[in-house]
Amino acid sequence: MPTAEHLHERIRASLPGAAISVVPNGSPSAQHGLLVGTGDAEAVARFLRDDPALRLDFLSNVTGVDHAPPGEPGYLEAIYHLYSIERGHGPVTLRMQTADRSLGARLPSLTPVWRSAEFQEREIFDLFGIVFEGHPDLRRILMWDEFEGYPMRKDYVTPDDYEYEPTPHDTVLERARAHDAPADPPPDGGTPPP
Amino acid sequence: MALNPPSPMIDERLQDELRKQGVFVTSFQELHNWGRKNSLWPLQFGLACCAIEMIATTMARYDLARFGAEVFRPSPRQADLMIVAGTVTKKMAPQIVRLFNQMPEPKYVIAMGACAISGGPFKEGYNVLKGIDRFLPVDVSIPGCPPRPEALLHALITLQEKIAAETLTGPGRPPHADASAPASYPVPEFGAADLVPPHNPAVFQPPRIVRREK
Repeated sequence: MPTAEHLHERIRASLPGAAISVVPNGSPSAQHGLLVGTGDAEAVARFLRDDPALRLDFLSNVTGVDHAPPGEPGYLEAIYHLYSIERGHGPVTLRMQTADRSLGARLPSLTPVWRSAEFQEREIFDLFGIVFEGHPDLRRILMWDEFEGYPMRKDYVTPDDYEYEPTPHDTVLERARAHDAPADPPPDGGTPPP
Repeated sequence: MALNPPSPMIDERLQDELRKQGVFVTSFQELHNWGRKNSLWPLQFGLACCAIEMIATTMARYDLARFGAEVFRPSPRQADLMIVAGTVTKKMAPQIVRLFNQMPEPKYVIAMGACAISGGPFKEGYNVLKGIDRFLPVDVSIPGCPPRPEALLHALITLQEKIAAETLTGPGRPPHADASAPASYPVPEFGAADLVPPHNPAVFQPPRIVRREK
């Protein structure tokens, strides 16, 4: 199993000048990630897939993260988990970060390298609003086409569709209080509920 | 809810006595309801984990076939019963309503599980319908997450009792015997954040919240 530092060295040797760095993972799993710049992502991905010693031919998972510290616009991130069926090693974590989200969230698509990224990049586009440039068919996949907004983003504002909760608590209780009708007797003349 | 059978045309004890003597006396309504309640064919579809319990109910251990409801049909044209087993997403809801519209009368709906009856744990989610009763006339609701197969059997028996208590004429007759009942239910459209309309006012009104000042 190649370590992230080893991969970093291999990539720097093969692709000099590629914007790539190791993101340490402090957890016991120590699965350090490789943060790759958007300009070099496809070249790095092709190297990881085609290098005879690495042969990371299986993209198992793509997911998105919204990094939004309080008071800052923050940025979005796409994370790719790679394995090698041929060599029997993995996972390798490949990460790409967008610029500040106010400048638009754009990343290069890795679907031309790993076909299995197609639906998962569509899902990230659907829920996080990251536009994958070079994706062959970038449409919403889980939400309907008419849906507005990106619901997994931290700045997504849920529509105010509160109706009724039998036992509201915590944040739902706050919403319930905001929707309390004024206390007046019900139209049938009975006593209002306690 | 107590499900009382309709008032018999002849005295019930006399009918029992005659049956003991080999004389079978019945009414068309009773025969009609008896035949229908024992051959409910559900529409074969499942939406989430409740569907696994529904599948278990049809298998040998719980054996839905004992109640004549084992013939799951892959086409709505051949189905009498829609078992909404699982979370109904907003994206799926129009298809559910459309399938129900395609089922011929008489037809019934069982809402199975917390999600199907109210949205369940996902009620505040961005893509979860807060209960299929917003768009369809639900006959039996089963709480549970997921309900056990026995609960689905109980729901089926409850529905059978409801069918046995139907009257073919007069007020309170079921929709298939009532020409003024709606022939189909409006299919909601997709909006910017929710379905349009978010519920069918003819079948569902959200509860009005009244709280007394403390």
